[in-house]
Amino acid sequence: MKIADDEPPILSALDRPNSYIGRSVPRPNITRLVQGRGQFVSDVVLPRMAHVAYVRSPHAHARILKIRTEAARRAAGVIAVVTGAELAAVMTPWVGVLTHLKGLKSAPQPPIAIDRACWQGEAVCAVVARTRAEAEDGVAQVEVDYEPLPAITDPETALDPATPVIHPSLGDNLCFERTLDVGRVDAAFAEADAVVEATFRFGRHTGVTLEPRAIVADWNEGEQKLTVYQGTQAPHMMQNLFAKHLGIAEQQVRVLTKDVGGSFGIKVHTYADEMATVALSKLLKRPVKFVADRVESFVTDIHARDHRVKARIGVKKDGTITAFEIDDLTGIGPYSVYPRTSGIEANQIVNLVGGPYACANYRARARVVFQNKNVMCQYRAVGHPIATAVTEGLVELAAARIGMDPLEIRRRNLIADDAYPAQSASGLKFEKLSHHQALAHLDAMMNYAGLRAEQKRLRERGIYRGIGFASFIEVTNPSAAFYGVGGARISSQDGATVKLDAQGNISVHTGVTEQGQGAEAVVAQVAATAFGVPIERVRVITGDTDNTPYGGGTWASRAAGIGGEAAWRAGVALRANVLAVAGAMLQARPEDLDIRSGIVVDRATGNERLSLEELARVVYFRPDTLPSGVQAELVATRHYVPRAWPFAFTNGVQASYLEVDIETGFVTLLKHWCVEDCGTVINPQLVDEQIRGGVVQGIGAALFEHCLYDERGQLLNGNMADYLVPMAAEMPDIECGHVASPTADSTLGAKGAGEAGTAGAPGAVMNAINDALRPLGAKPLTDMPFTPDKILRALGKV
Amino acid sequence: MSEHAHDIALTVNGERVAARVEPRKTLVDFLREDLALTGSHVGCEHGVCGACTVRVNGAIVRGCLMLAVQCDGATVETIEGLSDSGEIADLQDAFRRRNALQCGYCTPGMILTAQDLLQHGGIPSRAAIRTHLSGNYCRCTGYHAIIDAIEAVARARAGESR
Repeated sequence: MKIADDEPPILSALDRPNSYIGRSVPRPNITRLVQGRGQFVSDVVLPRMAHVAYVRSPHAHARILKIRTEAARRAAGVIAVVTGAELAAVMTPWVGVLTHLKGLKSAPQPPIAIDRACWQGEAVCAVVARTRAEAEDGVAQVEVDYEPLPAITDPETALDPATPVIHPSLGDNLCFERTLDVGRVDAAFAEADAVVEATFRFGRHTGVTLEPRAIVADWNEGEQKLTVYQGTQAPHMMQNLFAKHLGIAEQQVRVLTKDVGGSFGIKVHTYADEMATVALSKLLKRPVKFVADRVESFVTDIHARDHRVKARIGVKKDGTITAFEIDDLTGIGPYSVYPRTSGIEANQIVNLVGGPYACANYRARARVVFQNKNVMCQYRAVGHPIATAVTEGLVELAAARIGMDPLEIRRRNLIADDAYPAQSASGLKFEKLSHHQALAHLDAMMNYAGLRAEQKRLRERGIYRGIGFASFIEVTNPSAAFYGVGGARISSQDGATVKLDAQGNISVHTGVTEQGQGAEAVVAQVAATAFGVPIERVRVITGDTDNTPYGGGTWASRAAGIGGEAAWRAGVALRANVLAVAGAMLQARPEDLDIRSGIVVDRATGNERLSLEELARVVYFRPDTLPSGVQAELVATRHYVPRAWPFAFTNGVQASYLEVDIETGFVTLLKHWCVEDCGTVINPQLVDEQIRGGVVQGIGAALFEHCLYDERGQLLNGNMADYLVPMAAEMPDIECGHVASPTADSTLGAKGAGEAGTAGAPGAVMNAINDALRPLGAKPLTDMPFTPDKILRALGKV
Repeated sequence: MSEHAHDIALTVNGERVAARVEPRKTLVDFLREDLALTGSHVGCEHGVCGACTVRVNGAIVRGCLMLAVQCDGATVETIEGLSDSGEIADLQDAFRRRNALQCGYCTPGMILTAQDLLQHGGIPSRAAIRTHLSGNYCRCTGYHAIIDAIEAVARARAGESR
């Protein structure tokens, strides 16, 4: 085992004396978590706090005729029973659209359903009580009369004229459609020696954060101020939305986010029951807590994926890919989720298919249709796992068709490493990628030739192992092009404030947030390096809209690349401020001084001149001794947003090695590899752990996870016993490798790493299963998750 | 409080506790809500995820599958108690240095389960560690780092150098 601080420091080009860039520093905020001393929202208790439980619709689609609340109001401990109509007086509804996704439409969504429930699990009434148990007792006393309506649950028929329209005011069930036709697609298919077609299906699945969604809203009537403790990835976004829909100023809202028990995109959206909890606090003038139980999580946490992609690829005998074409259909919930919308995943798929390859001919259509099922929205690696599995599935099927090795066909088509800047057929702009270098690294790391030999030997003994690959690209460090231009108040810039305290230690207040990825560690490493102090002297403050610069939070792999860069610039600015004062105190030119290990030194010789503690003492307590006209500024704030590129694309390649038991259909994962390029690596250990965690989430999608709905829109497996997630015993060891192509858009050059694992793993596992079964003549498996029964069907055994 | 509430007396992290609890209250809710021991977490409430793992009379149990009233006379140990006693200090240090946790929500249960395995002595194989942890869900890490950390502690306890 490699332990972080046993590693010798590997210093990068950003090295200064005592640099932490490129070093596996343990996270400073982690000790409290291993002791069970974290503070999660589920742990928060406030004076006079009440608990809310929601009455949820058992129907996927039903008119609400009558809600009888009298018995619940009389129940022990119950404080209030509130319907959607009553809550509408406190909070306005919202519509999840973005103007840059042309034509995307949705209907107004209230915090609690008013006349009609549109999915099984939608809240129709709130019961607030002294304890959660009493609130649930109250829920059991609420009687609702429903008139069931037709449930629209098949995306394939959602647009048929005979299918009822979920929101008549919208005219049809189409939320969003995008088409693209680039190059000479028909001619390119005609020129191909082989055209391979397949229909890929991706099971609807969800995030299953171990801590369910949790919120404590505290409206203080005396202060006219709302304090919200929320497990969210985007505190400033939520501050804006709470204010907007309560009709108060943002200044009246403080969002506090301490420890968050997993997020992965699940906790970056507006949830009706959380908005209702905030509205209830305002209505009742006291703190109200809502923590979803696991059953509620399954029917209300956003779902994702659920795409059917008909796809084809044209290929010549020499391996040249001539064209890609896809037709994507996805069934979201009855509403587009606010404010990020439910059109982004389909849009990403159109953007990303074929992305690693130098192929100029591409046609795509994506349609997003409304369904009476739980809402769908952005979950880790949005669109990437689908686009990657489709692209890489097609590439390996094409390779098999023409009898070419799967690595060789990639070598012949991946965009050349010296071809940058480059652009994909869909118009994505790439600053610098390293597909070929990554592939070569993977080839060596996994001993590909050796594995092929082993595979061949074992096949002779009736053991079927498969090797599958997935090259991928990853969207990170999004600029305003992602959401801001579409009218959403989601900040793409981020800020950092660095303060020197009276003992010469620094605090960094950052707009990015921590949900376990290590954002606080990265910010501390960067600030310590930029300013010049040991990391033990840095304290990072996140997740508090009253006390951090305005920022977007942590999602889309932006914390290190954007928040880290802001911290770097703030640290550099504070160093300049401190050296200006030090120069005045020491009668030296500031440019001849530096700060190293917390001490002001002569830049040339390193001779120690003044400790930061002494400098801070003089500035704060004896400013009278400073020369006249010298005013120290020991706080510096800087902001950063990528400007040169709309996104910092990263790239990589994964490989899966597995064994299929052809009698039972069970898949045993033997090993997984990932080589990726996230530019400058600030903390190698944290990057590797992002990759590993992401890979396992992708494996879950490939093999286990599926929200199963019946035709009436009932979720059949909404609990952790029936919905399978990856557990330790079934998961392989995962080996990581790196190539570094820093972005020139920032000083640090860091790109994101959070999506890479999830982006590539499902495609790699799919390809490995098909590689294992190919000699048996099995029909290629393209319908995730690949459960044993699907594998046995492909083998013709059942 | 219901009229059917029961009086229980138990030892929690070495402290003697007397309380009146409703029969329906689970052990983990009792620990979190009545004793404010929030280090034991609630994940699934049906015995699958292991976030609520605590030790009762020396054996690890799911705090969501045991009722507080069943703990009358029992000795209960939680992550708070084991942290303060120093019993798991090496595991905690290895988890920290190996980054064997991200959000940290599964970690108390994970560490109690790891300690349960390592108490038996010896150096378990990676596969054996994985099997022992197979009832503890972690969404963040992909498990690899957790296995590394536990394996390193097993070796260190057996006298091998890292």
